[in-house]
Amino acid sequence: MVAVALRLTYTARVSLRIDQDHGRFRSIVRGRIRQNLRKYISQGELLGRQGKDVVSIPIPQIDIPRFRYGDKQQGGVGQGDGEQGDPLSGEEKEGEGGKKAGHGEGQHALEVEVTLDELAEILGEELALPHIENKGKAKIVNEKDRYVGIRRVGPNSLRHFKRTYRHALQRQIATGTYDPKRPVIIPTRDDMRFRSWKTETEPVANAVIIYMMDVSGSMGDEQKEIVRIESFWIDAWLKSQYKGLETRFIIHDAVAREVDRDTFFRTRESGGTMISSAYKLAAQIIENDYPPAEWNIYPFHFSDGDNWSVDDTLLCIEILKQKLMPASNVFCYGQVESPYGSGQFIKDLREHLKLDERVITSEIRDRDAIVGSIREFLGKGR
Amino acid sequence: MSKFALKTALPAYLRDEQIKMEEYARGFGLDFFPTVFEVLSYDQMNEVASYGGFPVRYPHWRFGMEYEQLSKSYEYGLSKIYEMVINNTPSIAYLLEGNSMVEQKLVMAHVLGHVDFFKHNFAFKVTDQGTDAQTGAPLRKWIDTMANNGSVVRRWANRVGIEKVEEFIDQCLSLENLIDPHKPFSPATATRKGMEEFEGEDKTPTPETPRLRVDRDYMEGFINPPAFMEAQRKKSADELEKAKKFPEKRDRDVLGFLLDHAPLERWERDVLAVVRREAYYFAPQMQTKIMNEGWATYWHSKIMTEKACDSSEIIDYADRTAGVLATAPGQFNPYKLGIELYRSIEDRWNKGQFGKEWEDCDDLEARRSWDRRLGQGRQKLFEARSLYTDVTFIDEFLTPDFVAEQKMYTFGYNQRNDRYEIETRKFNEVKQKLLERLTNGGNPFIYVEDANQGNRGELLLSHEHMGVDLRVDYAREVLRALVRVWKRPVELHTVVENKKTLLRFDGSEHVQRAMK
Repeated sequence: MVAVALRLTYTARVSLRIDQDHGRFRSIVRGRIRQNLRKYISQGELLGRQGKDVVSIPIPQIDIPRFRYGDKQQGGVGQGDGEQGDPLSGEEKEGEGGKKAGHGEGQHALEVEVTLDELAEILGEELALPHIENKGKAKIVNEKDRYVGIRRVGPNSLRHFKRTYRHALQRQIATGTYDPKRPVIIPTRDDMRFRSWKTETEPVANAVIIYMMDVSGSMGDEQKEIVRIESFWIDAWLKSQYKGLETRFIIHDAVAREVDRDTFFRTRESGGTMISSAYKLAAQIIENDYPPAEWNIYPFHFSDGDNWSVDDTLLCIEILKQKLMPASNVFCYGQVESPYGSGQFIKDLREHLKLDERVITSEIRDRDAIVGSIREFLGKGR
Repeated sequence: MSKFALKTALPAYLRDEQIKMEEYARGFGLDFFPTVFEVLSYDQMNEVASYGGFPVRYPHWRFGMEYEQLSKSYEYGLSKIYEMVINNTPSIAYLLEGNSMVEQKLVMAHVLGHVDFFKHNFAFKVTDQGTDAQTGAPLRKWIDTMANNGSVVRRWANRVGIEKVEEFIDQCLSLENLIDPHKPFSPATATRKGMEEFEGEDKTPTPETPRLRVDRDYMEGFINPPAFMEAQRKKSADELEKAKKFPEKRDRDVLGFLLDHAPLERWERDVLAVVRREAYYFAPQMQTKIMNEGWATYWHSKIMTEKACDSSEIIDYADRTAGVLATAPGQFNPYKLGIELYRSIEDRWNKGQFGKEWEDCDDLEARRSWDRRLGQGRQKLFEARSLYTDVTFIDEFLTPDFVAEQKMYTFGYNQRNDRYEIETRKFNEVKQKLLERLTNGGNPFIYVEDANQGNRGELLLSHEHMGVDLRVDYAREVLRALVRVWKRPVELHTVVENKKTLLRFDGSEHVQRAMK
């Protein structure tokens, strides 16, 4: 799983001239072009502080070879305390802007892998996923409070120590009451500073994914794992395309019910399979909570394709045609392979709904097929 | 105004500050080119910084790589670029949008220091592109030059293909540090005479062997006996050999040599010329990092604390500057080193702590209380900033007292413990090490020795070994790049692990062997 993610919001920006060079650099680093430069690629790192932790951010580097001195013989000049023979802590670089990895002792860096955003972006680039056209108006606004400001009044719990200290110090110096030999700072009422908040409006969370999973007896652990992995990536990608994303989870065997994410991935096998139950529930959720005019709706259904009966399958097709398709951007059906199932459902879907472009079906044979499946689902940019 | 500058309008309140700052700076004696400040957002700043301060460069991934590092560093809150200023007339400097008033003032003061340095330090004369007919001021239209260079490369990329051009640039970049910073820049001569003259023995007509004049044929054997003829022939062959050694004197401007004499196609020539021109432009900045940053920091400090800050701003200013001057263990900070050296010079020249009497004085007490009240500090500072580069600056002004006060030390790699360790605080060794790092920008000294080695038009380079070996794996790759340009085998003579060594690449095979 992904390690610490520092930011989850997707920031768009105006394109810059440097984007071309930047894009080229990233393509080279990913090995997609200029293979002859591969041997010069190294993983550098940026070391930074996050509070008291040292954070390591991987930065790829392409070192163009030049005539230069061999490293180990060089050493250098530094400033600071220490006896002969003492090890250097931290990096041996000059002032600002060096990039060599530290040789320090006793430093544990938290590895910040990549943000979810970057993962999603990489996924998008690798699969050549087009960016999604936004539907719906940003009418419904979400309000959020963020603590970014400073004000002079407030409750004690919102005291800003550093600012208060600074103002007190300034006042004392200006009035001459600061004694460097006895540096005692006593803030007055006027010096006090408190954090304050800004209410920010977030544009509407206007996309919802409805995950549906078949948890009947024929779906084993491996199958559920595949579904879990695939849905994680789909989730990450879609999250990066929409400022806020809602997800709903439906599990079904012969009966469908809505659950939370954890339960979605952990439910054990149980009974027979009636897919229509899931579709009915999905349609109901949409009707209740997500008016299609304002929401981009993405139903995903994963199953092993072994439905109870032909009748039920026909019912599913009906529900799809009448209720689900009119409301959805795409409807995706992923069929995992199971030793017990017949896999008939996908064939039926394809037969009855092949004319509807928005219905996308995909067979996911094993873990390696996940990437291809995601590409099939999201490759059309709807 | 150059049409390539970003042309963002400076808000009035910043323009007012600029006018005030320039007044203060001039009051202290600083003299700078007209300077234009532009306000940029953080990603525009990162872009401009990736391009070395210019709005436009030639297309290449190296700028993308720089951008990746800068923007990541910014994103994770590790660093922020406060100021960026280029050596140009007029000078363009960038302010980061969203900075506080104190920060912007600090940056302006700092920038003015830099521009004064660009204008007066002798090493930057090589970046003059002429003089203004009316004012006599130097012209440095480098924004235009960089943009033109970009256009040239782009046009060739369109004709020949971006991958081909980019690959060639990669190879030119391997050779980027092979210039002669001491020679005034001269553009390459356009002819290709070099290669054609030495194109193998077939094309060279065998000259007549000089013989003594003979009036009668039967006398031939007596006047010009075979032994004599043999000797003559050998003599002229030797002379021919010597004449064929080219260049006559070893040449440090390898890039220039290649431009003049390598069999380059027109597009290759243009591209290599671009890389070389830009390398020469940036060279003085690399030679004066400590002096330049020290100078700018010294002046921003003086201007801010004595003139520009009011009591409400002084703490913020101190906070900011403390960050800039901070030194982490195992590093030296050019800003800190620079400013302390200038302060030391000012102090010493005010007190008269220089000259033969001072050097000869052994008495610690006398030295500590030495104060002739000469007041020449300020004057000496201005003199220093014009006449030195980092190497000569350190050589001249680094003193044992300074090294001790600044707690400087050398560090090196300890094989046994597999880590870097503090080695010594002894003055001579610290100075020596520092000079080593700074000399030639930390690059090895490489020369073109012979462009017709073995009379086969092969290129011979030499590495002047000054105590440190080359990195051999990189050296091999550079030879590869050289062969790409020279189109014939290239050889390098160096010293590896105390043995004279030859490295050679002929286009397909690498050879490394010891020489006698």
